[in-house]
Amino acid sequence: MGIFDRLANLDRRLIFLVIGLAVAVPIILKIKMPIRISSEVRSAYETIENLPEGSVVLASMDYDATSAPELTPMFRSFLRQCFRNKLKVVYTGHLAIGMPLAQFDLDAVTEECGAVYGVDYINLGYRPGFTAVMIGIGREIRDFFAVDYKGVPVDSFPMMKDIHNYSDIALIVDFAHGQTAEYWIQYVVSRFGVKMFACVTGVMAPTLYTYLQSGQITGIIGGLQGAAEYEVLVGQPESAAFGMPAQSIAHLFILAFIVFGNIGFFITRRKK
Amino acid sequence: MKRDIPLIITFLTGFLCVIAFFIPHPPFGDLQQRFLVWYAIVAGFTMILGLDSLVKYNVKKITQHKPGWQYSYVLLFGLALVLVTGFQSWFKYNTPFELRSSFMYSYIHIIVPLQATMFALLAFFISSSAYRAFRARTFEATLLLIAAAIVMLGRVPIGEMISDKIPLRSDWLLNVPQLAAKRGIQVGVYLGGVVMSLRIILGIERTYLT
Repeated sequence: MGIFDRLANLDRRLIFLVIGLAVAVPIILKIKMPIRISSEVRSAYETIENLPEGSVVLASMDYDATSAPELTPMFRSFLRQCFRNKLKVVYTGHLAIGMPLAQFDLDAVTEECGAVYGVDYINLGYRPGFTAVMIGIGREIRDFFAVDYKGVPVDSFPMMKDIHNYSDIALIVDFAHGQTAEYWIQYVVSRFGVKMFACVTGVMAPTLYTYLQSGQITGIIGGLQGAAEYEVLVGQPESAAFGMPAQSIAHLFILAFIVFGNIGFFITRRKK
Repeated sequence: MKRDIPLIITFLTGFLCVIAFFIPHPPFGDLQQRFLVWYAIVAGFTMILGLDSLVKYNVKKITQHKPGWQYSYVLLFGLALVLVTGFQSWFKYNTPFELRSSFMYSYIHIIVPLQATMFALLAFFISSSAYRAFRARTFEATLLLIAAAIVMLGRVPIGEMISDKIPLRSDWLLNVPQLAAKRGIQVGVYLGGVVMSLRIILGIERTYLT
Protein backbone atom coordinates (compact mmCIF):
# COMPACT_ATOMS: atom_id res chain seq x y z
CA MET A 1 0.00 0.00 0.00
CA GLY A 2 1.43 3.36 -1.09
CA ILE A 3 1.60 6.49 1.01
CA PHE A 4 -1.51 7.99 -0.67
CA ASP A 5 -3.51 4.81 -0.12
CA ARG A 6 -2.56 5.04 3.53
CA LEU A 7 -3.56 8.70 3.66
CA ALA A 8 -6.96 7.81 2.24
CA ASN A 9 -7.45 4.91 4.65
CA LEU A 10 -5.95 5.94 7.99
CA ASP A 11 -6.43 3.56 10.88
CA ARG A 12 -9.18 5.01 13.05
CA ARG A 13 -7.16 4.23 16.19
CA LEU A 14 -4.56 6.73 14.97
CA ILE A 15 -7.31 9.35 14.60
CA PHE A 16 -8.57 8.56 18.12
CA LEU A 17 -5.05 8.91 19.53
CA VAL A 18 -4.36 12.24 17.79
CA ILE A 19 -7.74 13.71 18.82
CA GLY A 20 -7.19 12.52 22.40
CA LEU A 21 -3.81 14.26 22.48
CA ALA A 22 -5.17 17.37 20.73
CA VAL A 23 -7.71 17.73 23.51
CA ALA A 24 -5.49 16.73 26.43
CA VAL A 25 -2.29 18.66 25.65
CA PRO A 26 -3.78 22.20 25.55
CA ILE A 27 -5.60 21.47 28.82
CA ILE A 28 -2.45 20.16 30.49
CA LEU A 29 -0.30 23.04 29.19
CA LYS A 30 -3.06 25.56 30.09
CA ILE A 31 -2.82 27.28 26.71
CA LYS A 32 -4.82 30.51 26.47
CA MET A 33 -6.46 32.00 23.39
CA PRO A 34 -8.30 35.29 22.85
CA ILE A 35 -12.08 34.98 22.87
CA ARG A 36 -13.99 37.01 20.27
CA ILE A 37 -17.43 38.13 21.48
CA SER A 38 -20.12 37.45 18.91
CA SER A 39 -23.17 39.69 18.48
CA GLU A 40 -25.67 36.99 19.54
CA VAL A 41 -23.88 36.38 22.86
CA ARG A 42 -23.41 40.08 23.55
CA SER A 43 -27.09 40.62 22.82
CA ALA A 44 -28.04 37.86 25.31
CA TYR A 45 -25.74 39.39 27.92
CA GLU A 46 -27.20 42.86 27.37
CA THR A 47 -30.76 41.55 27.68
CA ILE A 48 -30.02 40.73 31.32
CA GLU A 49 -28.00 43.90 31.87
CA ASN A 50 -30.96 46.01 30.70
CA LEU A 51 -33.47 44.44 33.10
CA PRO A 52 -34.49 46.64 36.02
CA GLU A 53 -33.45 45.55 39.51
CA GLY A 54 -35.87 43.05 41.06
CA SER A 55 -37.07 41.67 37.71
CA VAL A 56 -37.97 37.99 37.62
CA VAL A 57 -36.09 35.66 35.28
CA LEU A 58 -37.40 32.16 34.60
CA ALA A 59 -34.58 29.69 33.98
CA SER A 60 -35.51 26.37 32.41
CA MET A 61 -32.99 23.63 32.91
CA ASP A 62 -33.41 21.21 30.04
CA TYR A 63 -30.11 19.36 29.87
CA ASP A 64 -28.26 16.56 31.61
CA ALA A 65 -24.66 15.45 32.11
CA THR A 66 -24.16 14.70 28.41
CA SER A 67 -24.14 18.43 27.69
CA ALA A 68 -22.88 19.72 31.03
CA PRO A 69 -19.42 20.84 29.76
CA GLU A 70 -21.14 23.26 27.37
CA LEU A 71 -24.17 24.30 29.41
CA THR A 72 -22.93 24.33 33.01
CA PRO A 73 -20.55 27.29 32.40
CA MET A 74 -23.45 29.20 30.82
CA PHE A 75 -25.73 28.45 33.76
CA ARG A 76 -23.12 29.48 36.31
CA SER A 77 -22.34 32.73 34.47
CA PHE A 78 -26.05 33.42 34.09
CA LEU A 79 -26.63 33.03 37.83
CA ARG A 80 -23.66 35.29 38.63
CA GLN A 81 -24.95 37.98 36.26
CA CYS A 82 -28.50 37.75 37.67
CA PHE A 83 -27.43 37.92 41.31
CA ARG A 84 -24.96 40.73 40.57
CA ASN A 85 -27.81 42.73 38.98
CA LYS A 86 -30.17 41.87 41.87
CA LEU A 87 -32.60 39.91 39.70
CA LYS A 88 -34.86 37.14 41.02
CA VAL A 89 -34.37 33.69 39.51
CA VAL A 90 -37.21 31.16 39.27
CA TYR A 91 -35.79 27.86 38.22
CA THR A 92 -37.55 24.82 36.77
CA GLY A 93 -36.89 22.16 34.14
CA HIS A 94 -38.37 19.64 31.77
CA LEU A 95 -35.72 16.96 31.99
CA ALA A 96 -35.96 15.03 35.25
CA ILE A 97 -32.47 13.56 34.97
CA GLY A 98 -30.87 16.99 34.60
CA MET A 99 -32.46 18.68 37.59
CA PRO A 100 -30.04 17.40 40.29
CA LEU A 101 -27.10 18.50 38.17
CA ALA A 102 -28.41 22.05 37.96
CA GLN A 103 -29.15 21.97 41.68
CA PHE A 104 -25.49 21.17 42.27
CA ASP A 105 -24.41 24.30 40.33
CA LEU A 106 -27.15 26.40 41.87
CA ASP A 107 -25.92 25.54 45.38
CA ALA A 108 -22.32 26.40 44.45
CA VAL A 109 -23.07 29.78 42.82
CA THR A 110 -25.71 30.94 45.31
CA GLU A 111 -23.25 30.31 48.13
CA GLU A 112 -20.56 32.28 46.27
CA CYS A 113 -22.96 35.20 45.54
CA GLY A 114 -24.67 35.18 48.92
CA ALA A 115 -28.11 34.68 47.33
CA VAL A 116 -30.89 33.65 49.70
CA TYR A 117 -33.32 30.85 48.86
CA GLY A 118 -36.90 32.03 48.58
CA VAL A 119 -35.82 35.67 48.45
CA ASP A 120 -33.41 35.83 45.49
CA TYR A 121 -34.11 32.50 43.84
CA ILE A 122 -36.37 29.50 44.01
CA ASN A 123 -36.20 25.98 42.63
CA LEU A 124 -39.65 24.82 41.55
CA GLY A 125 -38.39 21.42 40.49
CA TYR A 126 -39.57 19.19 37.67
CA ARG A 127 -43.14 18.59 36.54
CA PRO A 128 -44.13 16.20 33.77
CA GLY A 129 -46.19 17.57 30.92
CA PHE A 130 -43.62 19.57 29.01
CA THR A 131 -45.56 21.90 26.65
CA ALA A 132 -48.67 21.71 28.85
CA VAL A 133 -46.64 23.10 31.76
CA MET A 134 -45.16 25.81 29.52
CA ILE A 135 -48.59 26.99 28.36
CA GLY A 136 -50.22 26.52 31.76
CA ILE A 137 -47.79 28.88 33.50
CA GLY A 138 -49.26 31.56 31.25
CA ARG A 139 -52.40 31.52 33.36
CA GLU A 140 -51.21 30.60 36.86
CA ILE A 141 -47.87 29.12 37.88
CA ARG A 142 -49.40 27.61 41.04
CA ASP A 143 -51.60 25.29 38.99
CA PHE A 144 -48.43 23.34 38.22
CA PHE A 145 -46.00 24.43 40.92
CA ALA A 146 -47.95 24.74 44.14
CA VAL A 147 -44.85 23.58 46.05
CA ASP A 148 -41.10 23.93 45.45
CA TYR A 149 -38.69 21.04 44.87
CA LYS A 150 -38.68 20.22 48.59
CA GLY A 151 -42.46 20.21 48.83
CA VAL A 152 -42.67 23.60 50.59
CA PRO A 153 -45.69 25.70 49.45
CA VAL A 154 -44.47 28.41 47.07
CA ASP A 155 -46.71 30.98 48.77
CA SER A 156 -44.52 30.74 51.87
CA PHE A 157 -41.63 32.37 49.95
CA PRO A 158 -41.56 36.18 49.77
CA MET A 159 -40.31 36.32 46.17
CA MET A 160 -43.25 34.26 44.89
CA LYS A 161 -45.86 36.64 46.34
CA ASP A 162 -46.24 38.62 43.11
CA ILE A 163 -45.37 35.93 40.59
CA HIS A 164 -48.43 34.35 38.97
CA ASN A 165 -47.87 34.08 35.23
CA TYR A 166 -45.74 35.35 32.35
CA SER A 167 -46.92 38.93 32.95
CA ASP A 168 -44.75 38.84 36.09
CA ILE A 169 -41.75 37.31 34.35
CA ALA A 170 -39.39 39.67 32.53
CA LEU A 171 -37.26 37.08 30.77
CA ILE A 172 -37.08 33.36 30.04
CA VAL A 173 -33.69 31.72 29.62
CA ASP A 174 -33.65 28.15 28.39
CA PHE A 175 -30.61 25.95 28.93
CA ALA A 176 -31.25 23.16 26.48
CA HIS A 177 -29.53 20.33 24.69
CA GLY A 178 -32.63 19.32 22.76
CA GLN A 179 -35.54 21.02 21.10
CA THR A 180 -36.97 22.57 24.27
CA ALA A 181 -35.77 26.04 23.29
CA GLU A 182 -37.87 25.85 20.13
CA TYR A 183 -40.91 24.79 22.16
CA TRP A 184 -40.43 27.71 24.54
CA ILE A 185 -40.34 30.05 21.54
CA GLN A 186 -43.29 28.49 19.74
CA TYR A 187 -45.60 27.93 22.71
CA VAL A 188 -44.65 30.75 25.07
CA VAL A 189 -42.74 33.59 23.40
CA SER A 190 -45.06 33.88 20.40
CA ARG A 191 -48.21 33.45 22.50
CA PHE A 192 -47.46 35.43 25.66
CA GLY A 193 -44.88 37.87 24.30
CA VAL A 194 -42.22 37.20 26.94
CA LYS A 195 -38.58 38.07 26.17
CA MET A 196 -36.30 35.08 25.82
CA PHE A 197 -32.81 34.00 24.94
CA ALA A 198 -31.45 30.51 24.58
CA CYS A 199 -28.35 28.82 25.94
CA VAL A 200 -27.88 25.70 23.86
CA THR A 201 -25.31 23.16 22.73
CA GLY A 202 -23.23 23.82 19.62
CA VAL A 203 -25.29 21.27 17.70
CA MET A 204 -28.59 22.98 18.51
CA ALA A 205 -27.48 26.59 18.01
CA PRO A 206 -27.87 26.76 14.18
CA THR A 207 -31.52 25.71 14.49
CA LEU A 208 -32.29 28.86 16.49
CA TYR A 209 -30.82 31.50 14.19
CA THR A 210 -34.19 31.85 12.41
CA TYR A 211 -35.79 32.95 15.67
CA LEU A 212 -32.94 35.35 16.38
CA GLN A 213 -33.27 36.99 12.96
CA SER A 214 -37.05 37.29 13.32
CA GLY A 215 -36.59 38.96 16.71
CA GLN A 216 -38.43 36.25 18.65
CA ILE A 217 -35.38 35.70 20.84
CA THR A 218 -32.89 38.32 21.92
CA GLY A 219 -29.76 36.19 21.81
CA ILE A 220 -28.14 32.77 21.49
CA ILE A 221 -25.34 31.43 23.61
CA GLY A 222 -24.28 28.39 21.64
CA GLY A 223 -21.77 25.68 22.43
CA LEU A 224 -18.52 25.91 24.33
CA GLN A 225 -17.53 28.97 22.28
CA GLY A 226 -20.70 30.80 23.32
CA ALA A 227 -20.16 29.74 26.94
CA ALA A 228 -16.59 31.05 26.83
CA GLU A 229 -17.75 34.39 25.37
CA TYR A 230 -20.43 34.69 28.06
CA GLU A 231 -17.93 33.88 30.81
CA VAL A 232 -15.65 36.64 29.50
CA LEU A 233 -18.55 39.13 29.39
CA VAL A 234 -19.62 38.26 32.94
CA GLY A 235 -15.99 38.73 33.96
CA GLN A 236 -15.28 35.31 35.40
CA PRO A 237 -13.66 33.07 32.75
CA GLU A 238 -13.73 29.44 33.91
CA SER A 239 -14.06 26.00 32.36
CA ALA A 240 -15.47 27.12 28.98
CA ALA A 241 -12.77 29.72 28.28
CA PHE A 242 -10.24 27.21 29.57
CA GLY A 243 -11.59 24.51 27.20
CA MET A 244 -11.63 26.59 24.01
CA PRO A 245 -7.94 26.08 23.10
CA ALA A 246 -8.49 22.30 23.30
CA GLN A 247 -11.53 22.58 21.03
CA SER A 248 -9.58 24.84 18.64
CA ILE A 249 -6.68 22.41 18.31
CA ALA A 250 -9.06 19.45 17.95
CA HIS A 251 -10.95 21.22 15.13
CA LEU A 252 -7.64 21.98 13.43
CA PHE A 253 -6.59 18.34 13.56
CA ILE A 254 -9.97 17.12 12.28
CA LEU A 255 -9.61 19.50 9.33
CA ALA A 256 -6.06 18.28 8.75
CA PHE A 257 -7.32 14.68 8.67
CA ILE A 258 -10.04 15.66 6.18
CA VAL A 259 -7.48 17.39 3.94
CA PHE A 260 -5.08 14.41 4.09
CA GLY A 261 -7.96 12.05 3.36
CA ASN A 262 -8.95 14.06 0.30
CA ILE A 263 -5.38 14.28 -1.01
CA GLY A 264 -5.02 10.51 -0.69
CA PHE A 265 -8.46 9.95 -2.21
CA PHE A 266 -7.79 12.12 -5.30
CA ILE A 267 -4.32 10.80 -6.02
CA THR A 268 -5.32 7.15 -5.68
CA ARG A 269 -8.42 7.77 -7.83
CA ARG A 270 -6.31 9.42 -10.54
CA LYS A 271 -3.88 6.47 -10.52
CA LYS A 272 -6.77 4.02 -11.02
CA MET B 1 -67.76 2.95 20.98
CA LYS B 2 -64.17 2.00 21.75
CA ARG B 3 -63.12 4.17 18.80
CA ASP B 4 -65.74 6.90 19.03
CA ILE B 5 -65.04 8.04 22.61
CA PRO B 6 -61.32 8.82 21.99
CA LEU B 7 -62.29 10.61 18.77
CA ILE B 8 -64.85 12.75 20.61
CA ILE B 9 -62.34 13.55 23.39
CA THR B 10 -59.72 14.51 20.80
CA PHE B 11 -62.17 16.70 18.89
CA LEU B 12 -63.45 18.51 21.99
CA THR B 13 -60.04 19.15 23.58
CA GLY B 14 -58.38 20.09 20.28
CA PHE B 15 -61.21 22.41 19.29
CA LEU B 16 -61.29 23.99 22.76
CA CYS B 17 -57.51 24.63 22.72
CA VAL B 18 -57.84 26.36 19.35
CA ILE B 19 -60.68 28.57 20.68
CA ALA B 20 -58.79 29.29 23.93
CA PHE B 21 -55.80 30.48 21.90
CA PHE B 22 -57.93 33.27 20.38
CA ILE B 23 -60.38 33.78 23.29
CA PRO B 24 -58.49 33.09 26.54
CA HIS B 25 -61.40 34.38 28.65
CA PRO B 26 -63.84 32.27 30.73
CA PRO B 27 -65.00 29.62 30.19
CA PHE B 28 -62.48 28.68 27.44
CA GLY B 29 -59.30 29.74 29.26
CA ASP B 30 -60.33 28.00 32.50
CA LEU B 31 -61.25 24.81 30.68
CA GLN B 32 -58.01 24.81 28.74
CA GLN B 33 -56.05 25.26 31.96
CA ARG B 34 -57.90 22.32 33.50
CA PHE B 35 -57.09 20.16 30.47
CA LEU B 36 -53.43 21.18 30.67
CA VAL B 37 -53.26 20.13 34.33
CA TRP B 38 -54.90 16.82 33.44
CA TYR B 39 -52.38 16.37 30.65
CA ALA B 40 -49.51 16.91 33.13
CA ILE B 41 -51.03 14.31 35.48
CA VAL B 42 -51.45 11.79 32.67
CA ALA B 43 -47.85 12.51 31.56
CA GLY B 44 -46.73 11.65 35.10
CA PHE B 45 -48.48 8.29 34.91
CA THR B 46 -46.86 7.50 31.56
CA MET B 47 -43.58 7.28 33.48
CA ILE B 48 -45.00 4.39 35.51
CA LEU B 49 -46.07 2.82 32.23
CA GLY B 50 -42.54 3.26 30.89
CA LEU B 51 -41.05 1.78 34.06
CA ASP B 52 -43.37 -1.21 33.82
CA SER B 53 -42.49 -1.77 30.18
CA LEU B 54 -38.74 -1.43 30.83
CA VAL B 55 -38.78 -3.93 33.71
CA LYS B 56 -40.94 -6.45 31.83
CA TYR B 57 -38.75 -6.25 28.73
CA ASN B 58 -35.52 -6.78 30.64
CA VAL B 59 -36.89 -9.56 32.87
CA LYS B 60 -38.06 -11.34 29.71
CA LYS B 61 -34.64 -10.82 28.15
CA ILE B 62 -32.96 -12.43 31.17
CA THR B 63 -35.35 -15.36 31.45
CA GLN B 64 -35.11 -16.13 27.71
CA HIS B 65 -31.32 -15.58 27.60
CA LYS B 66 -31.60 -13.26 24.61
CA PRO B 67 -28.32 -11.73 23.26
CA GLY B 68 -26.88 -9.30 25.80
CA TRP B 69 -29.12 -10.58 28.63
CA GLN B 70 -26.30 -10.03 31.15
CA TYR B 71 -26.58 -6.25 30.65
CA SER B 72 -30.21 -6.38 31.71
CA TYR B 73 -29.00 -7.32 35.21
CA VAL B 74 -26.90 -4.14 35.25
CA LEU B 75 -29.91 -2.11 34.12
CA LEU B 76 -32.25 -3.60 36.75
CA PHE B 77 -29.61 -3.16 39.45
CA GLY B 78 -29.15 0.49 38.43
CA LEU B 79 -32.90 1.04 38.45
CA ALA B 80 -33.23 -0.49 41.92
CA LEU B 81 -30.27 1.54 43.20
CA VAL B 82 -31.77 4.84 42.01
CA LEU B 83 -35.18 3.97 43.48
CA VAL B 84 -33.74 2.88 46.84
CA THR B 85 -31.40 5.87 47.21
CA GLY B 86 -34.15 8.23 45.99
CA PHE B 87 -36.70 7.04 48.56
CA GLN B 88 -34.09 6.81 51.34
CA SER B 89 -33.02 10.41 50.67
CA TRP B 90 -36.59 11.56 50.49
CA PHE B 91 -37.41 10.09 53.89
CA LYS B 92 -34.21 11.41 55.46
CA TYR B 93 -34.00 14.92 53.96
CA ASN B 94 -37.52 15.49 52.58
CA THR B 95 -35.96 15.70 49.11
CA PRO B 96 -33.64 13.49 47.07
CA PHE B 97 -31.78 16.62 45.88
CA GLU B 98 -30.05 17.32 49.17
CA LEU B 99 -26.30 17.34 48.38
CA ARG B 100 -25.44 15.04 51.32
CA SER B 101 -28.04 12.46 50.31
CA SER B 102 -27.25 8.99 48.97
CA PHE B 103 -29.27 9.79 45.83
CA MET B 104 -27.15 12.83 45.00
CA TYR B 105 -24.01 10.82 45.80
CA SER B 106 -24.96 8.10 43.32
CA TYR B 107 -26.12 10.72 40.83
CA ILE B 108 -22.91 12.76 40.93
CA HIS B 109 -20.51 9.81 41.15
CA ILE B 110 -22.19 7.26 38.89
CA ILE B 111 -24.85 8.72 36.58
CA VAL B 112 -23.05 11.95 35.67
CA PRO B 113 -19.67 10.32 34.82
CA LEU B 114 -21.39 7.53 32.86
CA GLN B 115 -23.47 9.95 30.81
CA ALA B 116 -20.53 12.30 30.27
CA THR B 117 -18.24 9.45 29.19
CA MET B 118 -20.74 8.06 26.70
CA PHE B 119 -21.19 11.48 25.13
CA ALA B 120 -17.48 12.34 25.21
CA LEU B 121 -16.74 9.22 23.14
CA LEU B 122 -18.73 10.85 20.34
CA ALA B 123 -15.87 13.30 19.76
CA PHE B 124 -13.64 10.42 18.64
CA PHE B 125 -16.26 8.77 16.45
CA ILE B 126 -17.28 12.08 14.87
CA SER B 127 -13.63 12.83 14.04
CA SER B 128 -13.17 9.42 12.47
CA SER B 129 -16.40 9.56 10.48
CA ALA B 130 -15.74 13.18 9.35
CA TYR B 131 -12.40 12.00 7.97
CA ARG B 132 -14.11 9.18 6.04
CA ALA B 133 -17.27 11.00 4.96
CA PHE B 134 -15.95 14.44 3.92
CA ARG B 135 -14.57 13.47 0.53
CA ALA B 136 -14.94 15.97 -2.31
CA ARG B 137 -16.49 13.41 -4.65
CA THR B 138 -19.00 15.80 -6.23
CA PHE B 139 -19.51 19.56 -6.53
CA GLU B 140 -22.16 19.52 -3.76
CA ALA B 141 -19.89 17.48 -1.48
CA THR B 142 -17.08 19.99 -2.11
CA LEU B 143 -19.36 22.90 -1.19
CA LEU B 144 -20.37 21.11 2.01
CA LEU B 145 -16.74 20.40 2.82
CA ILE B 146 -15.70 24.04 2.35
CA ALA B 147 -18.66 25.33 4.39
CA ALA B 148 -17.94 22.85 7.18
CA ALA B 149 -14.26 23.84 7.28
CA ILE B 150 -15.12 27.57 7.51
CA VAL B 151 -17.72 27.03 10.26
CA MET B 152 -15.43 24.68 12.22
CA LEU B 153 -12.66 27.25 12.17
CA GLY B 154 -14.93 30.26 12.57
CA ARG B 155 -16.51 28.91 15.75
CA VAL B 156 -13.20 28.57 17.63
CA PRO B 157 -10.59 31.20 18.59
CA ILE B 158 -7.92 29.69 16.35
CA GLY B 159 -10.01 30.68 13.31
CA GLU B 160 -9.62 34.34 14.13
CA MET B 161 -5.92 33.82 14.84
CA ILE B 162 -5.50 32.47 11.30
CA SER B 163 -7.55 35.26 9.69
CA ASP B 164 -10.05 37.71 11.15
CA LYS B 165 -12.22 37.12 8.08
CA ILE B 166 -12.93 33.45 8.97
CA PRO B 167 -15.39 34.17 11.84
CA LEU B 168 -17.18 36.71 9.60
CA ARG B 169 -17.51 34.16 6.80
CA SER B 170 -18.70 31.58 9.33
CA ASP B 171 -21.37 34.01 10.63
CA TRP B 172 -22.46 34.72 7.05
CA LEU B 173 -22.80 30.99 6.31
CA LEU B 174 -24.91 30.49 9.43
CA ASN B 175 -27.05 33.58 8.88
CA VAL B 176 -27.67 33.47 5.13
CA PRO B 177 -27.49 30.17 3.21
CA GLN B 178 -28.05 27.98 6.27
CA LEU B 179 -31.09 29.98 7.34
CA ALA B 180 -32.53 30.23 3.84
CA ALA B 181 -32.57 26.45 3.52
CA LYS B 182 -33.74 25.93 7.08
CA ARG B 183 -36.59 28.45 6.78
CA GLY B 184 -37.87 26.73 3.67
CA ILE B 185 -37.82 23.37 5.41
CA GLN B 186 -39.38 24.80 8.59
CA VAL B 187 -42.24 26.50 6.75
CA GLY B 188 -42.99 23.20 4.99
CA VAL B 189 -42.77 21.20 8.21
CA TYR B 190 -45.01 23.53 10.19
CA LEU B 191 -47.60 23.78 7.42
CA GLY B 192 -47.60 19.98 7.43
CA GLY B 193 -47.98 20.10 11.22
CA VAL B 194 -51.05 22.35 10.97
CA VAL B 195 -52.62 20.07 8.39
CA MET B 196 -51.89 16.96 10.46
CA SER B 197 -53.30 18.62 13.61
CA LEU B 198 -56.50 19.49 11.78
CA ARG B 199 -56.77 15.95 10.44
CA ILE B 200 -56.36 14.56 13.98
CA ILE B 201 -58.84 17.02 15.55
CA LEU B 202 -61.43 16.30 12.85
CA GLY B 203 -60.96 12.55 13.20
CA ILE B 204 -59.67 12.02 9.66
CA GLU B 205 -56.25 10.84 10.85
CA ARG B 206 -56.78 7.91 13.22
CA THR B 207 -53.48 6.07 13.18
CA TYR B 208 -52.71 7.27 16.74
CA LEU B 209 -55.56 5.06 17.95
CA THR B 210 -53.93 1.84 16.80
